[in-house]
Amino acid sequence: MPEVNAETVATSPEAVAERLAASHYLADESLATAIFLAIRLGKPLLLEGAPGVGKTEAAKAIAGLLGRDLVRLQCYEGIDAAHALYEWNYQRQLLAIRHAGEQEVDIYDDRFLIARPLLQVLKAPEQRILLVDEIDRSDHEFEALLLEFLSDFQISIPERGTIRATAQPIVILTSNRTRELAEALRRRCVYHWIGYPDAEREAAIIMLRAGDVAEATARAVATAVQTIRARPLAKPPGIAEAVEWANAATILEKGGSPWPEAFRRAIGVLIKDEEDLSYIAPELGRIVDEVLA
Amino acid sequence: MRRYGFAIAPEQVSRFMQAVTLLGPRSMADIREAALATLAPPPDRRDEFEAHFQSHFYGNASAVIEGDADEETRIKDDGGADDERIEAEQKQEGGELSSALEQLSSRDFQRDDDSLTAFRRKLSSALPARCSFRTVRTHSRGKLDLRRSLREIVGADGDVPSPLLRRRQTVPRKLLLLIDVSGSMKLHTADYLKLAHAAVQGADRAEIFTFGTRLTRITSALRIRDRDQALARAAAQVDDWDGGTRMGPTLLAFLSVPRFSSFTRGAAVVILSDALERGDHAELEIAMRRLSARAFRLSLATPLAGDPRFQPATAALRAILPDLDDLVDGSSLAGLTDFILSLARPAPAAATIWKRVS
Repeated sequence: MPEVNAETVATSPEAVAERLAASHYLADESLATAIFLAIRLGKPLLLEGAPGVGKTEAAKAIAGLLGRDLVRLQCYEGIDAAHALYEWNYQRQLLAIRHAGEQEVDIYDDRFLIARPLLQVLKAPEQRILLVDEIDRSDHEFEALLLEFLSDFQISIPERGTIRATAQPIVILTSNRTRELAEALRRRCVYHWIGYPDAEREAAIIMLRAGDVAEATARAVATAVQTIRARPLAKPPGIAEAVEWANAATILEKGGSPWPEAFRRAIGVLIKDEEDLSYIAPELGRIVDEVLA
Repeated sequence: MRRYGFAIAPEQVSRFMQAVTLLGPRSMADIREAALATLAPPPDRRDEFEAHFQSHFYGNASAVIEGDADEETRIKDDGGADDERIEAEQKQEGGELSSALEQLSSRDFQRDDDSLTAFRRKLSSALPARCSFRTVRTHSRGKLDLRRSLREIVGADGDVPSPLLRRRQTVPRKLLLLIDVSGSMKLHTADYLKLAHAAVQGADRAEIFTFGTRLTRITSALRIRDRDQALARAAAQVDDWDGGTRMGPTLLAFLSVPRFSSFTRGAAVVILSDALERGDHAELEIAMRRLSARAFRLSLATPLAGDPRFQPATAALRAILPDLDDLVDGSSLAGLTDFILSLARPAPAAATIWKRVS
């Protein structure tokens, strides 16, 4: 996809929503507004929501919308500067010292610097999209480390000084809200909470995402998934699971299983927790029959 | 908004104005969207935020509500809010919170000196430990720390001094205390809260919840160093002292909040309750199974076990016994502190022990 200027794309929230739909991502008015504001204000976008509502997909869709590369930083407990910002290539530095002999060697030269995702986006000549995925999994210290980057789009390397962004990146942070994020981080971002879509929107998403699913099937899946999500499950199914369920049931149906049976047999792609399966199993037949009626 | 405890920075206000300008605004909906995106109210206070927004921009004063009145199990979680917000909550408390089913009352705690200081001091090192992704410097048995070794080499003009090593750090596991404050536990709740205060002060990461008919997070209140002050604040936060118990539904509600349920993962979970569930115990069984699957060790300390004739004979206890790692006596503070300090030591499963006893 060719690169486009962010400001020419983000003329209004509606224009953003249209462009996202063209990238196969259906955003509601609030999300389109948040993306529009993040692009126009030049601020990071913080997306929070339950697992499986399409936070990471939103970042990919924004990259698709602007025709730019997505650099992804997956967070985990213990992630630090060496994984997120930069690291020196110590082996090469040692070799260089050995080879240099009596000569001077600058071991903090660019060739010894390994750029990690944050430095990569700062050094890139064109604007990049940076996805900091599941920031809630990282430690508080890492959040603090991100603050300089998020407010000024620069990082400081003690041996080299401060590196500023050549082209200001578009940053998207996602969080499943397994812990509270620092106020300082939230303050720096444009914020949006993504909830589960309503049945109609979910049916539209299934139609858009699934390969070869009839409209009636998509609607039935969307309604059934809404009912199932209302139950006290340990892991409520996300949108991706709903799409997989529609796909799997369609494949089974084409393979010869009649409709209610196809849905019941494909339930393993929707619910991936043994306890939830045994909880929903007695009701599943009735739920499927109701949505197919 | 600040008056109601929403921490909104000046830069957020100017960004809100910029956002409103960018959006037109073509309607009130645009102003609302701009406010949500730039002022970033926490999701659990979104209803409150909306109500204040309605009240301010539409002059709809009746829209200012406190939470969802229909919600069966209220989850109160201050999530690190400031004092101002706690004050606001206290002012909003009133008769409207009570219902025919619940008996709400408040309680004062008397200071009494006990051996909790020793417990607090020992706790951090006594909790079970796990390997962290973080590394620490070590003199033996570690991997080569190239970053620091190289600094040494450069400092020593190319000579190779003894290499520096790092190994993965061991950190204490999280401690989660779930305290039953229902009527049947009345005699013990004061002691349990003192213990909880010592736990929050002593452990690196401890979370304390109380449950009866509601679930309340009191960790932030217990972070205050002075015990009297901390317990007074915790006492003010809990509304369901000495009422009924809905242990199963409350624990399920606890598990349905990702932030809370994620805290149980790999943690030492201690439930301080008599586990006397009224009616059907199916939900309690589900909740305990889920807790047990997530936790490193799931323990139930019941004051009933203080009686030598005690047997886990009730239907609810029999059902949850296979999920428990420990079923211990929770009738005395000394016994409880000893038990918590022994959590790092392996022990046979509760079901095995009680089978042997009976």
